[in-house]
Amino acid sequence: MSESATVLKPVESQPANRPSPSDIKLSIRNLNFYYGTTKALKNINLELETNKVTAFIGPSGCGKSTLLRILNRMYDLYPNQRAEGEVLLDGQNVLDPKLDINLLRARVGMVFQKPTPFPMTIYDNIAFGIRLYEKLPKSEMDGRVEAALRGAALWEEVKNKLNASGLSLSGGQQQRLCIARTVAIRPEVILFDEPCSALDPISTAKIEELIDELKTRYTIAIVTHNMQQAARCSDKTAFMYLGDLIEFDQTSKIFMSPEQKQTQDYITGRFG
Amino acid sequence: MTMTTDQHTVKAYDEELHFIGSRLAEMGGIAEKMLYDAIDALSRLDADLARRTIERDPKLDALQREIEEKAVLTIARRQPMAVDLRELVAAIHIASDLERVGDLCKNIAKRTTKISGDMRVPRTLVGLKHMADIAAIQLKNVLDAYAQKNVAAADEVWRRDADVDALEDSVFRDLLTFMMEDPRNISFCTHLLFCSKNIERIGDHATNIAETVHYLVTGEPLPVERPKGGSSGLESQAAAAK
Repeated sequence: MSESATVLKPVESQPANRPSPSDIKLSIRNLNFYYGTTKALKNINLELETNKVTAFIGPSGCGKSTLLRILNRMYDLYPNQRAEGEVLLDGQNVLDPKLDINLLRARVGMVFQKPTPFPMTIYDNIAFGIRLYEKLPKSEMDGRVEAALRGAALWEEVKNKLNASGLSLSGGQQQRLCIARTVAIRPEVILFDEPCSALDPISTAKIEELIDELKTRYTIAIVTHNMQQAARCSDKTAFMYLGDLIEFDQTSKIFMSPEQKQTQDYITGRFG
Repeated sequence: MTMTTDQHTVKAYDEELHFIGSRLAEMGGIAEKMLYDAIDALSRLDADLARRTIERDPKLDALQREIEEKAVLTIARRQPMAVDLRELVAAIHIASDLERVGDLCKNIAKRTTKISGDMRVPRTLVGLKHMADIAAIQLKNVLDAYAQKNVAAADEVWRRDADVDALEDSVFRDLLTFMMEDPRNISFCTHLLFCSKNIERIGDHATNIAETVHYLVTGEPLPVERPKGGSSGLESQAAAAK
């Protein structure tokens, strides 16, 4: 078993050690982000609570997806992108250049807008990620794959065709396969970047139901253009505009009586 | 991208909200007119005016149904948020309150047609008229508060409902006294007792609208308890019987 797996293991196997729900999982402090010379995020301060769903809303280009990609250093993949400030995951700064990025991404998983199954069997789609971190005997791996598929509410639909290609699944099933792949490596935080924008309403409902269930085990951040989805799924909502965090509050407050006029204009469709 | 605060990007959405707002204003106008006429007909025991008041009620009922249907359709179609959602929920509530005001006015007018040929104690109508005038002012003020989204004015209506309640108590005692003085007054006075109760209920509906306006504008509900002016009818009855 690798060293990273040793670090990850206590999170899932000893739930009693997890912080209480009111604790802060991720703390974003004075965060600025640059695409080359363009400042995309301006002094963001925000905290993500453990076992809560935090939604990020705002018009295109407001910086919400950028912010999400900072949380697991996805921006590192691209040149000329730079973050300043702090993003503390359980007190540890994820922006620290010395941090093991693979370990970070195992702790902070991500589900993308478009389902991205690997061109391999359903079983291997799940096992692939686990193998990166752990060497398990077949029987144990089978158990982990099943648990991940059950965790993503996909097991009943695929249990008799685990050797079929992941690409043979419907869009909604593919997205749940991606969620299963993410939960298989036992992350602490899951980032959803518009996870339902390519899905039909029934698949969307299933993913939303799943998010509600996943939050009992993980801390979740979701970027969505669908405000009803943010209203349905999240505990807290952040409204961003042109790189600024305009308002961050309880979701019920944001959608019923926001403090800021800009928030109200956006959520009521008075932007133009 | 620019931010505006007045109009939706989707113009049809604005039109739907405007349509509901204009229908509600029409309802408010009819309800006010019904109340004025019902009081006028009662205080002069004018059966013709009372009958014309009754004839207005179906229009109010139809408008209430139309507002409710349009509001529900808009909620389903637009999934409104924040102030828009509050606006639509408020429209449904206010339309329902105004429809009830219309029913209560109709009931006053019906009773007026029954007692118009049997004037017993004209002085009993004075207190009732005074009470009804205050209820009418409350209704007018709360409809103005709604039209102007004036939360302070709505709160003032909410506080002043105690005045109507206190007057109802006083009218109740007067009527009981007249009934005890001469049993032939009982039928006439019983009708007036119901009218008094109806007027008190109209005051309550004005208060409900005030609460709705407060919620619509601020997003926060008013406290559950509001000032009370009168004691309950049963207590008054017991006191009067002593």
